[in-house]
Amino acid sequence: MPTDAAIAVTGLRKSFGAKVVLDGLDLTVPEGTVFALLGPNGAGKTTTVDILSTLLPPDGGEARIAGHDLRREADGVRSSIALTGQFSALDDLLTGAENLRLVADLLHVGRGEGRRRAADLLERFDLVDAADRVPSTYSGGMRRRLDLAMGLMGDPRVVFLDEPTTGLDPRSRRAMWDVVRGLVADGVTILLTTQYLEEADQLADRIGVLDSGRLVAEGTADELKRLVPGGHVRLQFDDAPSLHEAARVLGLPAPDAAGLALEVPGDGGVAELRALLTRLDDARIDVAGLTVHTPDLDDVFLALTGRPTPAEVTA
Amino acid sequence: MTTLALTVTDSATMLRRNLKRAVRYPGLTLIVAALPIVFLLLFVYVFGGTLGAGLGLPSGGRAEYLDYVAPGILVLAITGGAQGTAIGIAMDMTEGIIARFRTMSIARGSVLTGHVVGAVIQTMVGLTLVVAVALLIGFRPGANAVEWLAVAGVLAMTSFALSWLSIAMGLHTKTVEAASNLPMPLMLLPFFGSGFVPVESMPAALRWFAENQPFTPIIETVRGLLTGTAIGSSGLVATAWCVGIALVGYLWARRNYERRPAR
Repeated sequence: MPTDAAIAVTGLRKSFGAKVVLDGLDLTVPEGTVFALLGPNGAGKTTTVDILSTLLPPDGGEARIAGHDLRREADGVRSSIALTGQFSALDDLLTGAENLRLVADLLHVGRGEGRRRAADLLERFDLVDAADRVPSTYSGGMRRRLDLAMGLMGDPRVVFLDEPTTGLDPRSRRAMWDVVRGLVADGVTILLTTQYLEEADQLADRIGVLDSGRLVAEGTADELKRLVPGGHVRLQFDDAPSLHEAARVLGLPAPDAAGLALEVPGDGGVAELRALLTRLDDARIDVAGLTVHTPDLDDVFLALTGRPTPAEVTA
Repeated sequence: MTTLALTVTDSATMLRRNLKRAVRYPGLTLIVAALPIVFLLLFVYVFGGTLGAGLGLPSGGRAEYLDYVAPGILVLAITGGAQGTAIGIAMDMTEGIIARFRTMSIARGSVLTGHVVGAVIQTMVGLTLVVAVALLIGFRPGANAVEWLAVAGVLAMTSFALSWLSIAMGLHTKTVEAASNLPMPLMLLPFFGSGFVPVESMPAALRWFAENQPFTPIIETVRGLLTGTAIGSSGLVATAWCVGIALVGYLWARRNYERRPAR
């Protein structure tokens, strides 16, 4: 395990009664990177975040967050992290600015410094106009931004984002993504859980697929996509004779003429495409259109988790 | 910062938060004060004439009953405050901000301490209103300034003990509705004690209960300080009860707080 890991987890276990939620989770997130935890509902994503943010004690396993042992140095962990969840951690009877100052008081940063940080974050998260209103008047995106701003008051080294854009409209989601990218630029390490594959694709350096409390796959988005077959080039033709001739030239089985389209397996790389088009050109076949399909994370997700799991069978 | 300094600083921050919330959401405080005032008027003007005659005093009437019942009403108001406190902490626990506090490096008990001290202050404000109304309708206690201070001390001590207990109850329940029901029996105890009629007038078994439950010595102490009736050992017994209730409430509350589900 590299020493510069901001989050290092080995063999993390948690059960609620007879239900095993985490079954020996191993996880390493290098400093300054974004790790996305993907998984179906009930896979253990939120439980993982709750344990790593000291909200829940684990049943077994070890974890170090920003160099602090989760069990023995919980206060060290707490002073290095921030958690932003899908349920906002705000005081609805205090204004936005008062919420930030409350956090500043609890961080013991002093009155002037607290006000300065609050003003900075209100500016940065576009909440200046809303600073003196209570959060019940905010939009979902504004609540989420205030929530994150409160977490950032303590200048955390590690930020846990539990489904940070669930329930947000597309514009707010993009704004949140920009905020996350800004944090990464500042060197913050981020562990993100999400049910949006696009979000993981957009933000994460590495993605872990969680299923029944274990990581069933881990890698970059590209590495994960390579795990599943399904990439192909789709060729469109103007008439049936061209379609059949192309199938003969490329050595593919006789296609269904109805769609006038042919699917050629392959990864859609430039060299492969050039060779394919050259062969068709040499055979004097006209191609009307061409699209490249690479497997997306949806395919990965389904291939890795869309089956009855052993845990479900034995439960 | 030392652990003690940290605890005091964080508890003060939480207290400021609770007082700010109480000012923004005054409904709960007002209800806490309003109910005992209604009871005071009800008992003095509806039942007071008859109950006053039964006090066994040389001259018994409405005015004498007001003197008798006012201390009971004050203690009743504290139990009403306890119910408000349980509702308050249960409502707070439904807010996500508690999860934030638990992921921050702050003194662990400060959330609860802030609630308890806030509740005592709110209750004392409510009690001041009740006293004002009692004085307005003719309550004329003979207490001097020191005795008034002692009354405030006994009432604050009682409120402190019941606040810890009601915080524990509020944390024990899963819903705000349940949190409002659990402390309800506390509100009945002043009736099954010396709050509204002398325990001597009760049937034997009930009288035994009334003499040995915590509210009777508390009420007797307040009554003695205000109107000069005999206090005897009531002050000590009341203090012992309050220390015991506060300790049980504190330990139960801490345990419930640590065991709350994550979010």
